[in-house]
Amino acid sequence: MTIFLHELKRNKLSLILWSAIVSFMLGICILIYPDMSSQMGQISDMFANMGSFTDAFGMDQVNFGEFSGYFAIECGNVLGMGGAFFAAILGISALSKEERDKTGEFLLTHPISRYQIISEKLFSVITQITLLNLIVLIVSILCILIIGEAASYKTLLLLFLSYYLLQLEIACITFGISAFLRGSSLGIGLALATGFYFLNIISNLTEKVEFLKFITPFAYADGAQITSTQSLAVKYFIPGCIYAIIGVAAAYYQYPKKDIT
Amino acid sequence: MYIIQTENLSKYYGKARGIIDVNLKVESGDFFGFIGPNGAGKSTTIRTLLGLISPTSGKASVFGMDIVKNKTEILSKIGYLPSEGNFYSGMKVADILALSANLRKKNCEKEAAILCKRLELDVSRKIGELSLGNRKKVGIVCALQHKPDLYILDEPTSGLDPLMQRELYAILCERNEEGATVFLSSHILSEVARYCKHAAIIREGKIMIQDSISKLGHTGVKRVTLRGIHELPAIENIRDIKIENNTACFLYSGRGDLLTQILSTLSFEDINISDPNLDEIFMHYYAKEETP
Repeated sequence: MTIFLHELKRNKLSLILWSAIVSFMLGICILIYPDMSSQMGQISDMFANMGSFTDAFGMDQVNFGEFSGYFAIECGNVLGMGGAFFAAILGISALSKEERDKTGEFLLTHPISRYQIISEKLFSVITQITLLNLIVLIVSILCILIIGEAASYKTLLLLFLSYYLLQLEIACITFGISAFLRGSSLGIGLALATGFYFLNIISNLTEKVEFLKFITPFAYADGAQITSTQSLAVKYFIPGCIYAIIGVAAAYYQYPKKDIT
Repeated sequence: MYIIQTENLSKYYGKARGIIDVNLKVESGDFFGFIGPNGAGKSTTIRTLLGLISPTSGKASVFGMDIVKNKTEILSKIGYLPSEGNFYSGMKVADILALSANLRKKNCEKEAAILCKRLELDVSRKIGELSLGNRKKVGIVCALQHKPDLYILDEPTSGLDPLMQRELYAILCERNEEGATVFLSSHILSEVARYCKHAAIIREGKIMIQDSISKLGHTGVKRVTLRGIHELPAIENIRDIKIENNTACFLYSGRGDLLTQILSTLSFEDINISDPNLDEIFMHYYAKEETP
């Protein structure tokens, strides 16, 4: 548990900042809804008729004029992107930062097996992602209560669950990559998260590239689709689970035999 | 049983040479110096013993246990001081010492306090504010506070002022007298000559020689100094020849009677024949290929 607690301590500030920023932005989105909705009549029609743009963000599937539709899109952009970046940064630096900061020599010459280091670090990443989502969820519910909108909590929880799973998948994949890296590589993590996001947008535009939905986790964490169907797209989620498992397995395979320089 | 034993231990970084067929034997209770120039493979050997890097071929054991299979158990009985101390930058010295103790599941507060006092280390400072020497002291306390059976120290005195160097060796000598084994790497020959019982010299990844310090000092090589002579005739088995101010000085490694035969044909005022000091012997192994 020493490494787990140490990791949490080291990342405390980053976790607080990310939670605050994502909560703040999502909270603002919720709080401005009453003002938005009064003018939403025309805007909703407009959003629903912007062709590819509408498809790309799934705005053809939900009614932007209703709170649930509005929240699904905003939540997808704010928590989807914010959470994905947070998870990617955590994952990609989890193992590699010891070499970047040259602290690997200190840590690894203590009597702890590398398997245990991997496990505690992975557990710490998962814990931090869980905390971020819980904080954002609580703030969102509070904001919804403030504006007094009748929201479907089932849909809300399903949305949060899907983004939580998305973040876990991205964290696991980047965690696996992290075992192969030496030094700082935030770019790889951020590029991966951004890439996944755009893959989903592209796959929304045309059905010819539907296979992309089996690659990107944004396919199952799709706010519009979840709100309209009230369910998670299992056929896109299963490949995601497999990628996550591969990522974690790669970390356990590579890190114990890695030369620490 | 040897406390450290390596058999043809080799490490290549891709195609680059790390160490080649290193055979080391260190006995329990020894004070062992591992010397060689920069880049000779000292750190590579140490890092392999600690399991930071895995050997390309050969094997090694510490406390009679295999370094790959029993790594964690071995590490629990070792105190390791890296040549460059790098720690988590935002943390305080006290937190680092506590973290190191926690990672060993030991309470070392008492010993840490004694060591910090002796080394004049302020535990309330943050790592990022420390000078190189003070960071080295943090590394020393981390390596010593749990009172291990084996100390592996990579260039322990680099960055320390002379007083601290002396204090560190005083502590190490105490621990050695209490039965612990000390294995240190260095390129400062005088400190090895002064404190170590045995030494090994590594050069370009290969062990050149390993023996007791006293035997290393008696290699059959003599330092010969002749005063009142302008030039030397050709003599076999001499090297490191210096002629200046009517004085000729050289190292001789042949038979004694052959030397006196030649010397009897020369004209000179004064002569001194002595054992070379350890520095000269080490230099001889350091730069073997340069000798004529």
